[in-house]
Amino acid sequence: MTTATPTRPRERDAFESDIDRVRAALGAGTRPSRPSVISQSFTFGWRALLKIKHVPEQLGDVTMFPIMFVLMFTYLFGGALAGSVTEYLQFLLPGILVQTVVMITMYTGHTLNKEIQRGTFDRTRTLPIWQPTVFIGALLGDAARYTMASTVILTLGLILGFRPDGGLPGMVLGTLLLLVFCFCFSWIWTALGLIMRSPEALMGASMMIIFPVTFVSNIFVDPSTMPGWLQPIVEWNPVSLLATAVRGIMAGDAPMFEVMWVLAASVVLISVFAPVTSYIYRRK
Amino acid sequence: MASELAVEATGVVKHFGDTKAIDGLDLAVAQGGVYGVLGPNGAGKTTAIRILTTLLRPDAGVARVLGHDVTKEPDAVRSRMSLTGQFSSVDDDLTGIENLVFLGRLFGYSNRDAKARALQLLDAFGLAEAGAKLVKHYSGGMRRRLDIASSIVVTPDLIFLDEPTTGLDPRSRNQVWDVVRALVAEGTTVILTTQYLEEADQLAGRIAVIDRGKVIAEGTPNDLKASVGSGALRVRVEQEDRREAAQATLERVLGEPVIVDADPASLSVRVADADRAALAVAELTREGIPIVNFSLAQPSLDEVFLALTGRPAETTEDAA
Ligand SMILES: Nc1ncnc2c1ncn2[C@@H]1O[C@H](COP(=O)(O)OP(=O)(O)OP(=O)(O)O)[C@@H](O)[C@H]1O
Ligand SMILES: [Mg+2]
Repeated sequence: MTTATPTRPRERDAFESDIDRVRAALGAGTRPSRPSVISQSFTFGWRALLKIKHVPEQLGDVTMFPIMFVLMFTYLFGGALAGSVTEYLQFLLPGILVQTVVMITMYTGHTLNKEIQRGTFDRTRTLPIWQPTVFIGALLGDAARYTMASTVILTLGLILGFRPDGGLPGMVLGTLLLLVFCFCFSWIWTALGLIMRSPEALMGASMMIIFPVTFVSNIFVDPSTMPGWLQPIVEWNPVSLLATAVRGIMAGDAPMFEVMWVLAASVVLISVFAPVTSYIYRRK
Repeated sequence: MASELAVEATGVVKHFGDTKAIDGLDLAVAQGGVYGVLGPNGAGKTTAIRILTTLLRPDAGVARVLGHDVTKEPDAVRSRMSLTGQFSSVDDDLTGIENLVFLGRLFGYSNRDAKARALQLLDAFGLAEAGAKLVKHYSGGMRRRLDIASSIVVTPDLIFLDEPTTGLDPRSRNQVWDVVRALVAEGTTVILTTQYLEEADQLAGRIAVIDRGKVIAEGTPNDLKASVGSGALRVRVEQEDRREAAQATLERVLGEPVIVDADPASLSVRVADADRAALAVAELTREGIPIVNFSLAQPSLDEVFLALTGRPAETTEDAA
């Protein structure tokens, strides 16, 4: 007895046998118990690092950008402002470190905004997870980028002759304070990233904030050389206080007031902008 | 409880500025099987799905998914349903495996189990070889399959598929249909939107037709076709001068007005079912009117709309 087997195009057969596997896979998809918030955050952080691995070009801003800055400002202003390049470097390097990393925080909002335009955000928003981990995870990934930028700058500084009195511990602690501040500061960008309609508009707005606060600061020059009316603005600019704190810690002589101020500002920033971000996100 | 409804929406409204995307939507979908939501561009399908999947808050009305209010208990809703949106939600900058492992980890699988689950899904969806490639290099069909695989990392009780076959070639479309059938066989309720009556007819047990943010008809595909007719019979006669005779015959057999096309040899007429169409064609042959060909087409979405609303389906989408 011969059974007529219907002839179908081969390709179709290939997937048809897969349908049994689809059914098997569906049967096997039992729900595990929910992971902790920390585990969820690290999963998002892991994804952020994977993206860096696959698109290393995007590391330009945390490698080339800082190198350019250090070289440019050291040799451009070094001679004129401090008499000698090495001497200026001792003053400038911690400042450049602060400026660069604070600037890179802008990309947090940029990345987030781009992600919203794509569908990936819809996927994570329909998952049974504690939703703020989306942001915590993204910021953890960004913290890795900040660390990378810091390492590049400090290494280049050491090559050029940066010799802080605080030694290695001073450099590590100073960088740590900077990272803490930037992690908290970045929440401003997550909030803006959710509000602004396009990455371009967001970039424009971020520049308007970042350029004044980083340049009208004590990063490049001692404020005592500035006109009187400008001095208080510069001295109370959060970036100046941060730069002073980092500079002090690296010099092995942590300025209590500035360090406390930076930590307090960090707490305030995160406790205002994290809930704001969450709120906007939930209302969307 | 098996008796609770998969979806229950009452008076749901969503406006975007002056656009009334959803304008008093009522929907009751039982668990099990496929429920089709049929509507033209801009009818509000995606907006409705986004409300039901907790992505958008309705301006008014109540929507419950598997017994949970979408605005008050979004987390409970999210832990039982999943969504494959109209636009790809997979991450272009990651590989297929990474996309699935990422989701598996978020659901609570260990690293090892997440990996095993990812490989199992890739294999089932014919993506085993592409698993290590970045998704940006995937074809449209592969991407759609990965997107659906992403929605079943943990098998949901209810899955929303927003236009899952739009833009796919016939082969990929068939694959998606097979997956939909597999989902139903495994006990997942499927709600899918589509612009094609044929697709809804093939898959869905019940269909809601929506237009301008409202349900304008609801029922089984047969109910719907009974009110619309099963389609149009188109006949092309061999000799143009016999067209009038053919017209008279068709009108007599089918009792419907026959439309003469611009093409001087062809005619078309709405028919209630395929048997009547066969009779009519046979009658032409019996009367010795030679025909070149004939076809029986499913009613298009346009015809459905014409029958239901008395006006053609219009896209409310802004021209801009
Ligand atoms: N975010 C938004 N902002 C403003 N208007 C919107 C928004 N989303 C949808 N609309 C409008 O609401 C209406 C319904 O859109 P929706 O996307 O729900 O339709 P659809 O049935 O899914 O259409 P399609 O078949 O094209 O996907 C349209 O007029 C659309 O322009
Ligand atoms: Mg849509």
